[in-house]
Amino acid sequence: MAVAARKAGRAASGAANKTNPSKNPVKKAPPNTPQFDKTQDLDAYREMLLIRRFEEKSGQMYGMGLIGGFCHLYIGQEAVVVGMQMATKDGDKVITGYRDHGHMLACGMDPKGVMAELTGRRGGLSKGKGGSMHMFSKEKHFYGGHGIVGAQVSLGTGIAFANRYRDDNTVCLTYFGDGAANQGQVYESFNMAELWKLPVVYVIENNRYAMGTSVNRASAQTDFSKRGVSFNIPGEQVDGMDVRAVHEAGLRAIEHARSGKGPYILEMLTYRYRGHSMSDPAKYRTKDEVTRMREEFDPIEQVRRRLLESWKLSEDELKAIDSKVREIVNEAAEFATHDPEPDASELYTDILLPTS
Amino acid sequence: MAIDILMPALSPTMEQGKLAKWLKKEGDKVKPGDVLAEIETDKATMEVEAIDEGVLAKILVGDGTDNVAVNTPIAVLAGEGEDASTVQASAPAPAPAPAQAAPTPDAQAEGLADRPAPDGRSGTDQMPRAEPAAPAVISNRTTHDAMAEIPEGTEMVTMTVREALRDAMAEEMRRDPDVFVMGEEVAEYQGAYKVTQGLLQEFGPRRVIDTPITEHGFAGVGVGAAYTGLKPVVEFMTFNFAMQAIDHIVNSAAKTLYMSGGQLGSPIVFRGPNGAAARVGAQHSQDYAAWYSSLPGLKVVVPYSASDAKGLLKSAIRDPNPVVFLENEILYGQSFPVPKLDDFLVPIGKARIHREGKDVTIVSYGMGMTYALKAAQELEKEGIDAEVVDLRTIRPMDTDTLVASVMKTGRCVTVDEGFPQSGVGAEIATRIMEHAFDYLDAPVARVTGKDVPMPYAANLEKLALPSVAEVVQAAKAVCYR
Ligand SMILES: Cc1ncc(C[n+]2csc(CCOP(=O)(O)OP(=O)(O)O)c2C)c(N)n1
Ligand SMILES: [Mg+2]
Repeated sequence: MAVAARKAGRAASGAANKTNPSKNPVKKAPPNTPQFDKTQDLDAYREMLLIRRFEEKSGQMYGMGLIGGFCHLYIGQEAVVVGMQMATKDGDKVITGYRDHGHMLACGMDPKGVMAELTGRRGGLSKGKGGSMHMFSKEKHFYGGHGIVGAQVSLGTGIAFANRYRDDNTVCLTYFGDGAANQGQVYESFNMAELWKLPVVYVIENNRYAMGTSVNRASAQTDFSKRGVSFNIPGEQVDGMDVRAVHEAGLRAIEHARSGKGPYILEMLTYRYRGHSMSDPAKYRTKDEVTRMREEFDPIEQVRRRLLESWKLSEDELKAIDSKVREIVNEAAEFATHDPEPDASELYTDILLPTS
Repeated sequence: MAIDILMPALSPTMEQGKLAKWLKKEGDKVKPGDVLAEIETDKATMEVEAIDEGVLAKILVGDGTDNVAVNTPIAVLAGEGEDASTVQASAPAPAPAPAQAAPTPDAQAEGLADRPAPDGRSGTDQMPRAEPAAPAVISNRTTHDAMAEIPEGTEMVTMTVREALRDAMAEEMRRDPDVFVMGEEVAEYQGAYKVTQGLLQEFGPRRVIDTPITEHGFAGVGVGAAYTGLKPVVEFMTFNFAMQAIDHIVNSAAKTLYMSGGQLGSPIVFRGPNGAAARVGAQHSQDYAAWYSSLPGLKVVVPYSASDAKGLLKSAIRDPNPVVFLENEILYGQSFPVPKLDDFLVPIGKARIHREGKDVTIVSYGMGMTYALKAAQELEKEGIDAEVVDLRTIRPMDTDTLVASVMKTGRCVTVDEGFPQSGVGAEIATRIMEHAFDYLDAPVARVTGKDVPMPYAANLEKLALPSVAEVVQAAKAVCYR
């Protein structure tokens, strides 16, 4: 089983509504880009590679019919969640939408449990009852996994409300897409968050498309970092393909939120290589655009180059990391393939909690 | 080790496709992400991408081949250091995959081929499944004794429903620092209907929170806070405006416990006035009991009396599940005796026999009780002894008490202000039919709001709502009088 597959769809040349890849490209790291030390680069590399390989495996297992329904892969966007997680402290909370596998792995949730949930098995994080879009871990402070576009923004604001209510000095990272950023409840939440100075960082993952709709076809203001202006929420545009830039902006935003100054918006300029979900022929963008993003801006390749050139790691050392990651992913896939489906009696459990 | 490259499926329904073209040839080195081939289905063209590194040792299915079944090996990839020329296909191409649930090669390799393929998309008809445990709707018909909720000799004080609700919140806030109240005008203004009067003064702005007019947003904020274990009481100025927020009530609050495999509950109360007030027109006059009651994962409570309002709201706040608590603006100002007890709780899910009788059962809840009780008095004058059951909770519905009453009287009339189709009356009639059919001496009759948006004109509004006369008439009809 050596392939992942991807509906890429041949781009009909001259089709309307195509985004021009040279417009609003992800900026290459400027010379004053923050630097990582060797350990940070190694950590980032491992984490991002784990997500990449995990997602490739998911794609493959979907192709084999082991994963059902919708399956939204995070390939291309790895630097966003990995850089942000590197900027958090213990106890900080995370919530996101349905493109959530990467976030769960970055939060330290068990790859086996995640994969087994994708295959709908009893060992899945939600016992097979949630699926790809609905997973949670109280232990790892991961609050989902939500299938309704934009819902996580109000929910994340509520988690931040609870942080402040308890005065526990934690923040809530609330991730959502460029498409979700047009939902009304986002602005209801921005307003309350600033009004009540809630410790929340809104991370807008601008991967340029919401399903088949490019940002400029759906958004009057395409600079999402400005979406908080009328609420006085500061915002920044960040090169979301460079894990160092993400990390540095993350530190700044999290510190702002934690210190009681209220919410902060980070717009991550990023890109998804695969279709929106597995059954997306991706006819709305050119192949050249995808190829260019992969070849010039790949977040993992950037770190890999630094490991080889600046930190003088050998190819063999990198290979060792690769095989370790592959082993984790294969183990997860193996478990998720053979773990039994949930018992039929689970149909009627977890609907209500018992009252004391 | 040589690795088979399989024909992938890219959609839940894809069974086969055409191998249009190879972009790599035998002997080529490939690395993860390289596009190996293009395949076509009737819907789209797609690319087959390599996941592993190696050498494309052998192409098993050539350019332009039609009808290649999903999961058929299409090429072999030789690993590092392997001699590509000696690599053989590890398995012959299987016959085209059957329409559904073909055992995957992995399963075959593991000797698991006789296990049905775990394909959630293929329907479950061919899966041997244990009968799911039926939900225990009717146990052994032990009816709840609502009389015992208030110990004999308890001193009773008269208060309005409004005061009872406020006292319930205040008592629970004193008892548990995780309880807080949020909503429009709940704090400084003391409540749009003055239900939260005095709470800000006692508990301060940290726990009594005025929100902007953003129902969708603050309902989500409440649910998010509840995920972390806080116990929000979210007030909607009226439930008509909760339509803006229904997504969070349904999708974020009611379903998350299930979707998280039992990990993440939502201990939250959504409360506020529900149903018709008076002369406010269609957008401000709707009973949502039936809507919310159709949802597993929610509890739906609709009190009539002040003592039930108090005891049930306290139970709702303590409940670890999301509770929709439907009040009524007209009832807010009505006074009832309420027990003077330090901690008076009424259990959720238990109906109350409000008036005992032997000839006909009248079932209602909330505002509907006003028609039901007056009708019972009228009927008494005509020699019909009606039993009036106050449901108090719509979900979970106390079927045991209903059924026991109908087994006694043999006749049943339902009364509610909601729309008739798929309404609470329809649900009660179904349950009676399912569990007490043999005891019925007449078909169940429904008295409901009419099947029209609420009109504004005073006379039309009156016609659109149930009336005492309609309840009397329905009761007489089922008694064949
Ligand atoms: C309320 C709602 N409307 C529509 C959908 C269907 N839908 C799922 S994902 C999606 C696109 C969202 O795009 P974006 O926010 O940019 O996130 P991305 O998929 O790019 O990560 C849509 C329209 C939904 N799940 N929920
Ligand atoms: Mg997007």
